Amino acid sequence: MGRVVIDVMFKPEILDPQGKAVAGALARLGFTEFTAARQGKRFELQVDGEVTEEVLDRAREAAATLLGNPVIEDVVRVAAAPEGDAQ
Amino acid sequence: MRIGVVTFPGSLDEVDAARAVRLAGGEAVALWHGDDDLHGVDAVVLPGGFSYGDYLRCGAIARFAPVMRSVIRWAGPPESASPGLPVLGICNGFQVLCESHLLPGALVRNDHRKFVCRDQRLRIERNNTRWTSRYGDGEEIVVPLKNGEGGFVADVPTLDHLESEGRVVARYLGGNPNGSYRDIAGVSNATGTVVGLMPHPEHAVEEGFGPDRDAAGRLTNTDGLRFFTSVLEGVLTA
Repeated sequence: MGRVVIDVMFKPEILDPQGKAVAGALARLGFTEFTAARQGKRFELQVDGEVTEEVLDRAREAAATLLGNPVIEDVVRVAAAPEGDAQ
Repeated sequence: MRIGVVTFPGSLDEVDAARAVRLAGGEAVALWHGDDDLHGVDAVVLPGGFSYGDYLRCGAIARFAPVMRSVIRWAGPPESASPGLPVLGICNGFQVLCESHLLPGALVRNDHRKFVCRDQRLRIERNNTRWTSRYGDGEEIVVPLKNGEGGFVADVPTLDHLESEGRVVARYLGGNPNGSYRDIAGVSNATGTVVGLMPHPEHAVEEGFGPDRDAAGRLTNTDGLRFFTSVLEGVLTA
């Protein structure tokens, strides 16, 4: 069984209110070295068998169709999950 | 004229939208998200509320519902010069229209991160759409607004394109309630058949139940009704 990991982030020019809230909380907790935060989404898609180049292509297609909205988001990573990566 | 009102799992305002259609003098036809048959309606309203839990992004899963396949097909491409099926998306319906790419841009979480619920002043900036022809050019109205993810965003070239084509249908007045870029409350496709609006005109269609504007405290505002009477006028001559 293989898994594909897909990371989606807001485009830099799109305001990220959740990231802003996280940055505010970090500062209040004393993590003052972190001057900004952006929050994204991680998807894990499972397949029977190995993650081939074809599977990755299909995952990229799924990311472009549904998982990310190209108007506001960038798909920043589509990759096979490393072996033994925690579920 | 028969106006379809779609119910998605999680829709809240389809009953008010259907009531607004009837008060305007149209026949409201209930459409179901899982049915791709539009039952021969002349126009469609995508109501407010939620859809499919708004998981992933608001409207992202609803956009692939069977009913939306038909709506997208009959509405036509957003930049097309030939008018298609009139569609009004209110609040979550606006989000569904953006996710469907029937309208440009997207709706994201309010910049102040709080749900906002208030009577909202708007300026109607485009009255040559199928849904706003009964308003005066630049007319100011007040209708309820209620959203958590109502911030309209798009890149600068898209915003400039919308402004230069006169496709900003309504703009917020008296303070921006949700961080929408350039105070945009509603936009349209090129022909003005498809309109998305974050505020709720269907909640201001009957005296006694709309926003309060009367000096004596009476609820006399029916500012939202003309969205629904406009579409009954038939083909625009503008």
